[in-house]
Amino acid sequence: MSHALNTQTPPPAPSTLRGARLPKWAPYVIAAGSVAAGCGIGLAGGLDSRIQWGLIASILFLLVTYLLAAKVEGGRQAKDRMATSVVWVAFLLAVIPLVSLIWETVARGIKVLDGYFLTHSMGVLADTDVGGGIYHALIGTLEQVGLATLMAVPVGLLTAIYLVEYGRGKLAKAVTFFVDVMTGIPSIVAGLFILSFWILILGQGYSGFAGAMALAILMMPVVVRSTEEMLKLVPNELREASLALGVPKWRTILKVVLPTSLGGITTGVMLAVARIAGETAPVLLLVWGNPLINTNPFDGPQASLPLYIYQQYANSAGSPAAYDRAWAAALTLIILIMLLNLVARGIARWKAPKTGR
Amino acid sequence: MAKRIDVGGLTAYYGSHKAIEDISMTVEPRSVTAFIGPSGCGKSTFLRTLNRMHEVTPGGRVEGKVLLDGEDLYASAVDPVNVRRTIGMVFQRPNPFPTMSIFDNVAAGLKLNGNYKKSELADVVEKSLRGANLWNEVKDRLNKPGSGLSGGQQQRLCIARAIAVEPQVLLMDEPCSALDPISTLAIEDLIGELKERFTIVIVTHNMQQAARVSDRTAFFNLAAVGQPGRLIEIDDTERIFSNPSVQATEDYISGRFG
Amino acid sequence: MDISPSTTAPPPPQDAQPKPISHKAAARGATRPGDRVFLGLSRGSGILLLLIMAAIAAFLTYRASIVLSKNEGNFLTTFEWDANAIPPYFGIAVLAFGTIVSSIIAMVIAVPIAVGIALFITHYAPRKLSGPIAYVVDLLAAVPSIVYGLWGALFLVPHLTGLFSWLDQFFGWTGVFEWQGGAPRSLLTVGILLAIMILPIITNVSREVFRQAPQMHQEAALALGATRWEVIRMSVLPFGRSGIISASMLGLGRALGETMAVATVLSPSFLINASILDPGGGTFAQNIASKFSEATEQGRDALIASGLVLFVITLLVNGAARAIIARRKEYSGANA
Repeated sequence: MSHALNTQTPPPAPSTLRGARLPKWAPYVIAAGSVAAGCGIGLAGGLDSRIQWGLIASILFLLVTYLLAAKVEGGRQAKDRMATSVVWVAFLLAVIPLVSLIWETVARGIKVLDGYFLTHSMGVLADTDVGGGIYHALIGTLEQVGLATLMAVPVGLLTAIYLVEYGRGKLAKAVTFFVDVMTGIPSIVAGLFILSFWILILGQGYSGFAGAMALAILMMPVVVRSTEEMLKLVPNELREASLALGVPKWRTILKVVLPTSLGGITTGVMLAVARIAGETAPVLLLVWGNPLINTNPFDGPQASLPLYIYQQYANSAGSPAAYDRAWAAALTLIILIMLLNLVARGIARWKAPKTGR
Repeated sequence: MAKRIDVGGLTAYYGSHKAIEDISMTVEPRSVTAFIGPSGCGKSTFLRTLNRMHEVTPGGRVEGKVLLDGEDLYASAVDPVNVRRTIGMVFQRPNPFPTMSIFDNVAAGLKLNGNYKKSELADVVEKSLRGANLWNEVKDRLNKPGSGLSGGQQQRLCIARAIAVEPQVLLMDEPCSALDPISTLAIEDLIGELKERFTIVIVTHNMQQAARVSDRTAFFNLAAVGQPGRLIEIDDTERIFSNPSVQATEDYISGRFG
Repeated sequence: MDISPSTTAPPPPQDAQPKPISHKAAARGATRPGDRVFLGLSRGSGILLLLIMAAIAAFLTYRASIVLSKNEGNFLTTFEWDANAIPPYFGIAVLAFGTIVSSIIAMVIAVPIAVGIALFITHYAPRKLSGPIAYVVDLLAAVPSIVYGLWGALFLVPHLTGLFSWLDQFFGWTGVFEWQGGAPRSLLTVGILLAIMILPIITNVSREVFRQAPQMHQEAALALGATRWEVIRMSVLPFGRSGIISASMLGLGRALGETMAVATVLSPSFLINASILDPGGGTFAQNIASKFSEATEQGRDALIASGLVLFVITLLVNGAARAIIARRKEYSGANA
């Protein structure tokens, strides 16, 4: 509260605007100090887990920041600094495992990832032997994902067209709701569904196609959602202009609406492909796995990249050769998916100005 | 309570775009100063530099001095949080916190500081609501959400919220532009009462309003679209509206452009 | 403003949600054969989606009913999984326990951190950084779960022994953090891994909500002299509360149904253990993946029965999340 008299001259009285503040470098110094202390305590106390070092450092950082700020700047500023610190710590805490995940996959995967690895199957090699490759799994993944895309994209596209261009009333509402719900179906449940109806009831065998059907179920809602968003971006004047020329509605959709939003739709489809390419659970139930090359997705068990990773890990009883192969396959899979993502985003960026006009 | 503002050579940017250039003026305590001028001339931007709200917008940056009774708001040791506490602001659209009751809205600023007593709080809320000419309309429903009030009432609630922390200066950014004529009249009457206690700066689109409520008027203009806005002149309101010293001001006031 | 006598009407404001062309046009259009075929195809696709959902429920229920009628144990309370035996004896108690406990651990860890990251992106990060960070979070959502599983099993697990012994040392007396010293492949490990996996989705949804928090309420708080944290507490968090809830529930739906990451990390044992550091429990999805290869047809039906339970649970969780989002949309729409 200022009790200063209201004079015209600048008062020398203590300012109400200035507050005692920690210097700008304070957070960095505290952070560096906490990390040092965390490592020190970790070393001295013989704590072998780096996770604990990190936790000690972050708790120290939060405490010191709060106490210093409370002392120098007051309670409100201390709370504000505390919140800022917590948010930063949350961010760093999350970054660490994610960086580690990428780092481990690259570092360990690069060991056996070479031309031979990409062009050979496991053949009759035992899981514990050195050598072998993922050729059969790559073929399996490409075929299964391709088939799933062939099934899911037309259905997804048409459903989105229905919802945006025709949909109103109860049916559209129900479809919208269930598309949302379908996005959340666990992949293993989709696998169980195809298992129950295709394998147990119709008596068909394991095959790439069976897996592809489950993948298609997982892919459809994603395609519907992204296509819907894109179609909604097409300005109504375009549709009206075409209809006003006497073009029938279905040709308007095919010749005007879809081409306008093609870039966005392609992006959405590729992101959906990227998502199902890494699915393991339904493939495990329906494609079964196969160390040999089987190029026919409609007959007999196949391999697939994610399934290969799982089986190298789970069936090899800790053999280092198998673990190396698992990491290399994981790296291949991540590269594949990131490429799809990057290309998809590239298309989105490249096409964006055109749809905006 | 009221303090005087001296602005010297103030220039404000949005990123690389210069929004206002080289503005100097003095705002007298216990008076109402109105800012008028065509859209985009930077009068709202200038207003927001007076309580350091401009730097909140992405890319917002300010050069120059704003002295509050001689103390520079942009000095490096100054905490913008304290500045905004000392200089209250009322916005174009009424913006009571939607999740808070009427009482909590008025008390929001006080509660931030923490050191208050329950009984004091109730007194301050009543005093502020009376100060904003809203008490009689809401005294029976202080625990209802503020968003249930009419637009004019909401704006007066926002004024009550701003004066509850006893600021030195009250900035108003087109406070009536979203309101109907009757609510506008109520706010204008209120401004007349508030100037007994506060230094008031009001941005308005409405020249009649400037003429009705203000003691002094500042006219802002820009040379062309894309150019920075400048202060053309500031003078007693009567003089600005009867006999301005700059031709552009007369053209604007007589409706020849803008 | 000068009004030029131009003949062209100003373009109508672009509607974010174009309404279908008027009733009449649609009706007239539908009389053409081409239109009828096209409408039929697209409506048929929509109906096909509904049929698939119905079929999933129907087929799972059918297969489950076959084995449940033979089940000697109580499906809900039996602590054993002897589904290949004749007659079968199995129940989901252990699975329900494991699924719920691991998901709760995941939520407790992930939700605060995800909200923190979302706030970091929208309100704290330097403006130039926030875009790339959001992009990286998006990419992380695309990493397949089997890769998380591999990393969890081969990297995370060995690094958890220190944490486990520390927890046992200081909190072992609670019983919850008691540790016999086996490999750290317990429900806590699963929870930590699931937390890492659901971070991106919770972050993304909360980020969108925080970004939409009205500027005018944040400015109101600022103008009252609020610090950044007070602005967030007064005007961003109240606005985003329902968004955080629905984001968490979407994350929960993921965690409940996650299969491969759990299957690689957990060393399952079919019992309920009060300690989350010792082996014990399993999850619905993990149990299906691990038991599948040795299951007879009857055993598979039993697994399908447990999958049906998982299906219903995720359906409820996701439905609730969507309902909250939908209600929020209406609310904010009416407010705009």
